Amino acid sequence: MALYSEVVMDHFMHPRNVGTIENADGVGTVGNAKCGDIMKIYLKIENDTIVDVKFETFGCGSAIASSSMATEMIKGKPISEALQLTNAAVAEALDGLPAHKMHCSVLAEEAIKSALKDYYDKNGIAYDPKQFPDCDNCEHCH
Amino acid sequence: MLVYADNAATTKMSKLAIETMLPYFDNIYGNPSSLHSVGQEAKEALEAARKTVAECLGCEPREIYFTSGGSEADNQAIQSAAWFGARKGKKHIISTAFEHHAVLHTLEKLRKEGFEITLLDVKENHNVSAQQVKDAIREDTCLVTCMYANNEIGSVLPIGEIGAVCKAAGVPFHTDAVQAAGHLHIDVKAQNIDMLSLSAHKFHGPKGVGVLYARRGMPLVNVIEGGAQERGKRAGTENIAGICALAAALQDACSHIDENAAKVTAMRDKLIEGLSQIPHCALNGDPVNRLPGNVSFCFEGIEGESLLLYLDAMGISASSGSACTSGSLDPSHVLLAIGRVHDVAHGSLRLSLSHYNTMEEMDHILHCVPQVVQQLRNMSPVWRELQNGERTYIL
Repeated sequence: MALYSEVVMDHFMHPRNVGTIENADGVGTVGNAKCGDIMKIYLKIENDTIVDVKFETFGCGSAIASSSMATEMIKGKPISEALQLTNAAVAEALDGLPAHKMHCSVLAEEAIKSALKDYYDKNGIAYDPKQFPDCDNCEHCH
Repeated sequence: MLVYADNAATTKMSKLAIETMLPYFDNIYGNPSSLHSVGQEAKEALEAARKTVAECLGCEPREIYFTSGGSEADNQAIQSAAWFGARKGKKHIISTAFEHHAVLHTLEKLRKEGFEITLLDVKENHNVSAQQVKDAIREDTCLVTCMYANNEIGSVLPIGEIGAVCKAAGVPFHTDAVQAAGHLHIDVKAQNIDMLSLSAHKFHGPKGVGVLYARRGMPLVNVIEGGAQERGKRAGTENIAGICALAAALQDACSHIDENAAKVTAMRDKLIEGLSQIPHCALNGDPVNRLPGNVSFCFEGIEGESLLLYLDAMGISASSGSACTSGSLDPSHVLLAIGRVHDVAHGSLRLSLSHYNTMEEMDHILHCVPQVVQQLRNMSPVWRELQNGERTYIL
């Protein structure tokens, strides 16, 4: 049996939306190099819709695949919908992740939320802080 | 092109080893403990194998104990020295920080039982010196256990010098020679080795069989109780097929050590030279005293598991000491022990070669690795920060 599902391998071998966005409307970074995973998400937002999204990831195969899948899942979607994206949905779309790799899908969810929070902060839009992960105190990295 | 470059993990069995095994499944299948001639035929094969192994190591047949592999041999050697040390009130053991877990976990267990463990630092040359061992020996030291060669980074330790230091101090010396046996010349008497562990599958023999050499007079305690096999020191009906194949593979390897080492070293040096051209990388392990087949690098800004997966897709089997490949959050203890920080230890790659590899395969590796490293760096936020001067290069 292979380590990863075919969907994971496809997104790992051919990652979608790799890169950066100049003057992005929202940028989110989660993880740290010490743990071996860093995900950075760039968003271009127009009329409350994510018109473009790019990612950069330092990490294992499932981290790269999770970033790729998560960006696919929110591209073209309204912010309200992107905020509903869960790690479980990312993992399910990848046709499953090994148990010890589930944290990669959590990172993907958090990276997107972190980028959306950055967009809200930059534009002075009010939000409920509980909607967003407390990345500074998340046990994954600290 | 398929390139197997993970020979430190395990090796392909030689035709000789496979053919040596076969008669013991359906022809010479007796139990060596049986009195009848079918059993005695197996007993003869067992003792012939023991004699062959003894000749390869420079010891007497009665000093050879067959085990299930290197880990069991390490466990038995260390537990034996600890048990007899404790009887004399000696509860201090010296080892190195980059041992295999078969040694480190056994030592950790002993630490919990009241032993004091000194792990020698391996930052200098990614190796240890006999002087470090000498300085660490105390009145209550009951064992020095230092690996012959490191499995991850390839450093070859000064075993003869350490043996001399231990002999002069009257301290038993064990070496985990799993990576060295069949690849480097070993002479347990000349090198003053009291106990040594080896495993067949690292030199083109089968998995599940190994050897503990214990000098005559070295007391042994059993890890497995239940029978008179192996002079009463290791119970269980002998794995005759595996033992005979181990002996054949070891003899074959030992009689070709110099020619195999020359061939493999040339391939190793080609890889080291070629991969060193990649910017911001570092060679792990002793550059001079090094296993013929070991190539180990850290590449800054990338993570090892993804490197391995891309290489696998290009037909190259390699390994890494990254956390993701170890199943924990921490990268390899060996890389941390030589002073690599977490950030770069995650980006490690080990290529381990055998004489079955070819120069054409090395060309393929040198074509693929730089390409994959660049591809991963191109999507790495760490690499971007390094390039933009927002983060400082470590390598």
